[in-house]
Amino acid sequence: TPSFAEKLGLGRVALPDEIAAWNHDIGPQGQGLPMGSGSVEDGEMIFSENCASCHGEFAEGVDNWPKLAGGDGTLADKDPLKTVGSYWPYLSTVYDYVRRSMPFGAAQTMSDDDVYAITAYILYSNYLVDDDFVLTNENFMDVEMPNADGFIIDDRPETELTIFTEANACYENCKETVEVTKRAAVLDVTPQEEGAEAEPEAAPVEQAAADAPVEAAP
Amino acid sequence: MSDTPTHDGPTKGPNRRAFLRGAAATGVGLAATAKATAQDTPDPLITEMQDWASSTGEGVDASPYGMPIQFEGDVVRRNVPWLTADVISSINFTPIHALDGTITPQGCAFERHHSGAIELKKEDYRLMINGLVDRPLVFSYADLERFPRENRTYFLECAANTGMEWAGAQLNGSQFTHGMIHNMEYSGISLRTLLEEAGLDAAGDLADKWVYVEGADASSNGRSIPMEKALDDVLVAFKANGEALRMEHGYPVRLVVPGWEGNMWVKWLRRIEVTDHPIESREETSKYTDTLADGTSRKWTWIMDAKSVVTSPSPQMPITHGKGPLVITGLAWSGRGAISGVDVSIDGGKTWQKARLAKEGEKMALTRFYLDINWDGSEMFLQSRAHDDTGYVQPTKAQLREVRGENSVYHNNCIQTWWVKENGESENVEVSS
Repeated sequence: TPSFAEKLGLGRVALPDEIAAWNHDIGPQGQGLPMGSGSVEDGEMIFSENCASCHGEFAEGVDNWPKLAGGDGTLADKDPLKTVGSYWPYLSTVYDYVRRSMPFGAAQTMSDDDVYAITAYILYSNYLVDDDFVLTNENFMDVEMPNADGFIIDDRPETELTIFTEANACYENCKETVEVTKRAAVLDVTPQEEGAEAEPEAAPVEQAAADAPVEAAP
Repeated sequence: MSDTPTHDGPTKGPNRRAFLRGAAATGVGLAATAKATAQDTPDPLITEMQDWASSTGEGVDASPYGMPIQFEGDVVRRNVPWLTADVISSINFTPIHALDGTITPQGCAFERHHSGAIELKKEDYRLMINGLVDRPLVFSYADLERFPRENRTYFLECAANTGMEWAGAQLNGSQFTHGMIHNMEYSGISLRTLLEEAGLDAAGDLADKWVYVEGADASSNGRSIPMEKALDDVLVAFKANGEALRMEHGYPVRLVVPGWEGNMWVKWLRRIEVTDHPIESREETSKYTDTLADGTSRKWTWIMDAKSVVTSPSPQMPITHGKGPLVITGLAWSGRGAISGVDVSIDGGKTWQKARLAKEGEKMALTRFYLDINWDGSEMFLQSRAHDDTGYVQPTKAQLREVRGENSVYHNNCIQTWWVKENGESENVEVSS
């Protein structure tokens, strides 16, 4: 164990009410879940009033706003759809994030029971529970998340650091030919500086594979 | 007060790209301009008295806190509207193409918010430490200024930097492909010092403990950090590049997590909790997890690997001076240690030569490199390849795709190629491997 320095006596002891007001995180095994419950039926109404304008009546997403349902079985596809149902490993994260940070622009305005109900409705939208389901702090951990086993801990030390090394760095005659295979100018999605116009493209090269811009920073 | 020139966006005047197009249209091939030629007629900027050499400039009271001169109005943050659903949970980009050295001016250092940049004054600021500590504590901002201080320079790179380029060559400019990064000199307190103030005896064996950190904003941006890192080099910072943090960078207090993905550098830091488990929050499950080709996903990919990019020439920095001496310059960095060298290729990776580092690489900080060449006016495929002091060498995109596929979203540290054409313009391309 490390040896610790002398304390400086700065700060003051946090009071229980203060810790209770800020300490809301919920662990993957349900650590920190509040007492409460909410039904799919109530969740549908609450979701419709507070969430559907961005996420859709069925959690399917509106425009570019996040889709919360769907995408089951698409993770190995060319364009995976990653939602609560198809991707998220833990239900605790849904409750934690919704209670702490949603609705967008009016976060931390919903009761614990409301959040249980919304969580139940998101599960229902992902066909993970029936329409008469009631989610409580007691049965919370019984819900099975489809992609719970879909994650591995960073394995770059084994899969990459052994390959991307000095020993494999080439300096001379590293390749025979250099051909352009993708061009950003063909895609032409870069914001232009004011006054600049789109440049005509003449050179016949292969169309960039990225048909549509990817959402990089959702 | 006099009429201080200010700018609130790009200059309206001609830009380099438009200039180049005009030149090409009239058949004046810039690349054809040979080496320095004799001047036939005297230069009126020398022979005629200029106003600034006769009258006076601005007084010292003109701008108590100055902005860059108006002619640098294009050295600004830019955003790419189609990347995100709105501008509140979004990203913008540092104009790295136009900068030199390594320190990023705070005013154009990129922003990434999940619920916008909040205004939190020092008087309202509170930092809580709770969980498995001997005494849960609350600090005011003034308390923090009384702890022993450290001063370190580190890069912050968004995990999604270059993320749009996984499937192809999309955005034309190093600002857009590599500009989710900044590099600042931070002053603050080691997180270890704060944790020791609360006391870690209650935590028992620290090997399997975590700290959960969250911000004061609506998104909270909560992330779990293993105790080993928390006790190593993480800072709770309140100054950057000599002055207070900018609002958009977490004023008054943010976390600095050297070498690790930018998402973990929690801004407007309000709480640090010692736990016996990772929280597996939204920002480490739904986001900042990296999906591989088989549909499984890596989590806890904290470290940013060695990476580099040529910032000039580049698509936003065309060569306008013709043949002859050309400065190729760029940035290199590694989250695993210090940059030990940078190689540059002008032929798309057929051959490589060693660039010159402006100064010795520092751990987990940006390093500037230069390669001075005599450009013969022919097209080039410019690439740079970073080495760090762990022996790691920056891979090609093909090498990364071989391991990960194209849907990782994050952690794209591939070698970038700029196709420099005979007219001096550059384009973001991929080339055969």
